[in-house]
Amino acid sequence: MQTKDINENIAWAKINADVLRSMENPRKGYWIAVGACLLMIACAVMAEIYQYQVGMGPSNLNWPHMWDLYIATFVFWIGMSHSGTLLSAILHIIGADWRKPIYRFAEAMTTFSLLTAGLFPIIHLGRVWNMYWVLPYVSDRGIWPNFRSPLVWDAFAITTYLTSSALFLFIGMIPDLAICRDNARGWRQKLYTVLSLGWQGDDRQWRHFRKIYMLMACFLIPLAVSVHSIVSADFAMSIMPGWHVTTFPPYFVAGALYSGCAAIITLFILLRYFFRFDEYMTIPILEKTCKLTFAIAMVWTYLNLIEFASTWYSHDPVAKELLWAKFTGPYAPFFWMMLFCGSVVPFALAFEKMRRHLPTMFVVSLLLNLGMWLERWMIVTPTLSLSHSPFAWDVMWPSMVQWAIVFGSFGWFGLLFLIFVKVFPSVSMYEVKEMVFHRRRHAPSEETAQKLHRRADDPKPGAQPSTEGA
Amino acid sequence: MKRYHIMGLFSNFEEAFAAISDIRDKKIPGVTVDDVTLKSPIEHPEIEEILGDRGSPLPKIALCGAIFGIVFGFLFLAAAQATFLVQPQGGKPVIPLPSNIVLTYEMLILFGVLSTVIGFLINARLMTKRHPLYSEKVSLDQIGIMLELDEKHVNPVKDLFKGHKVVEIREEVAA
Repeated sequence: MQTKDINENIAWAKINADVLRSMENPRKGYWIAVGACLLMIACAVMAEIYQYQVGMGPSNLNWPHMWDLYIATFVFWIGMSHSGTLLSAILHIIGADWRKPIYRFAEAMTTFSLLTAGLFPIIHLGRVWNMYWVLPYVSDRGIWPNFRSPLVWDAFAITTYLTSSALFLFIGMIPDLAICRDNARGWRQKLYTVLSLGWQGDDRQWRHFRKIYMLMACFLIPLAVSVHSIVSADFAMSIMPGWHVTTFPPYFVAGALYSGCAAIITLFILLRYFFRFDEYMTIPILEKTCKLTFAIAMVWTYLNLIEFASTWYSHDPVAKELLWAKFTGPYAPFFWMMLFCGSVVPFALAFEKMRRHLPTMFVVSLLLNLGMWLERWMIVTPTLSLSHSPFAWDVMWPSMVQWAIVFGSFGWFGLLFLIFVKVFPSVSMYEVKEMVFHRRRHAPSEETAQKLHRRADDPKPGAQPSTEGA
Repeated sequence: MKRYHIMGLFSNFEEAFAAISDIRDKKIPGVTVDDVTLKSPIEHPEIEEILGDRGSPLPKIALCGAIFGIVFGFLFLAAAQATFLVQPQGGKPVIPLPSNIVLTYEMLILFGVLSTVIGFLINARLMTKRHPLYSEKVSLDQIGIMLELDEKHVNPVKDLFKGHKVVEIREEVAA
């Protein structure tokens, strides 16, 4: 059984070779994946063109259902973006070096999730050509954004988060881009020469690099928390039943970290399989990610229970009726599925045998993210179908236009990610080298590590040792 | 007297650190660790103990950027909101503090990050031409010790490097 996060005897030249190989000419499977993503995007583009020409009618978005899948999926993608921050920034600050082989693609995921999320408020506007009205620019027409609205806060927060996370991703890649520059030919060499900014790896550069990475991590953590708190304020600042909840900001942040971690597990397994990154994306690292996900899943479950309890004891009849309707009403199957995927399925992560079984973990991670997407839908739609005014009660199901655009967003994210893994190193070469270097200096031997690791057939702590065969 | 750049490439990092230690211990009179530039595929915080505290102004730059973000952010918002004076406010404040705190916080972070990045680009001397002695092996698995020296120190330094199992020595006349 593999017990070490990484084999510390791996040659550095091999690290470079393995990662650079993953960026070489793509194989057939890659092009099939790109084709599938393009098809998904085409579905969304056609739906959006139709919606653009005809108006918002075909999307079924009408009062009282002003918000639906677009906003739910927007929240989902914003949540997904928290994975990079969590894995890269928080684990960097606390010195958890097992993050090193897997943080790069998580950071890329953050940036691409934000790029995907940013599309939804624009699509949702209907009049997409007016999107710039949210910016506080000087206008002689007397049109001004309402600064008291969390929707304007969203614009500021997401712009800041996108800028910061893209810079964080880029800065962290500079030493690797220099490696690419030194090994590439043709257009790639020109690209990497520009992007590596003349990196030479001297002590001055490394010293400042270490500082900037730590500083940016310190900036990004409160930023990530603030972004999802602000997204939760879109709901919690209103007086709608089911939305006007004090625990919404931590609930949203926990949900965001949860879906992000689940997505990391999915992409971890895919990259490990397709790029043969077995030596970097190891089972012990997957196990650690799974344990982290399990812990966050339990926080999310706890916050759900808190929300139910506080609504139940709030003596607000409308909020109570809405809560009851979520469990028994027309959206109940989706609500129960959300609870199953979000609170029951993660128990699979508690078992070592399951954590070490890649196909199981792949399915589990997809189910977790299905649960997280349903969570967002179940936040948005039931409230609008059963609000304060009985004459506005209405059950609405999303139209094909909405489904197509949501479907296409996964293709858009997938396409960006596929391009990224072929143009940029998806494993941080220099950080893996650092990990190997420091572990080689301090590592116990493989034999000692095997002895220290507890196996399933070992006697339980405190149990009487077996006398069989004595 | 001619000045030289000389760089030794080592595959054994411990030997490279030992060579820097020897320079610090003034085994070659007239050559100090201040003349040393270390080129490495990974960062070595531990080597800073030998090279001496060379510091980084980035935390101060980040702080200044963040403070600028607070001031600029608030004034920017207030300036935009002040034009609301021409519109009926319905009794609400022209410059609403609670919402401005949220937005100012975002500006704090944005300008903090931007200033840190700019400070990094300048202080790390990025976007400049690579040194002629730069070796691609440094981005692979070797560590380089580069010094700027007077001509008379070149041979003693080479001998020192050879004593620490140097793989390759490169040199050029400094401009």
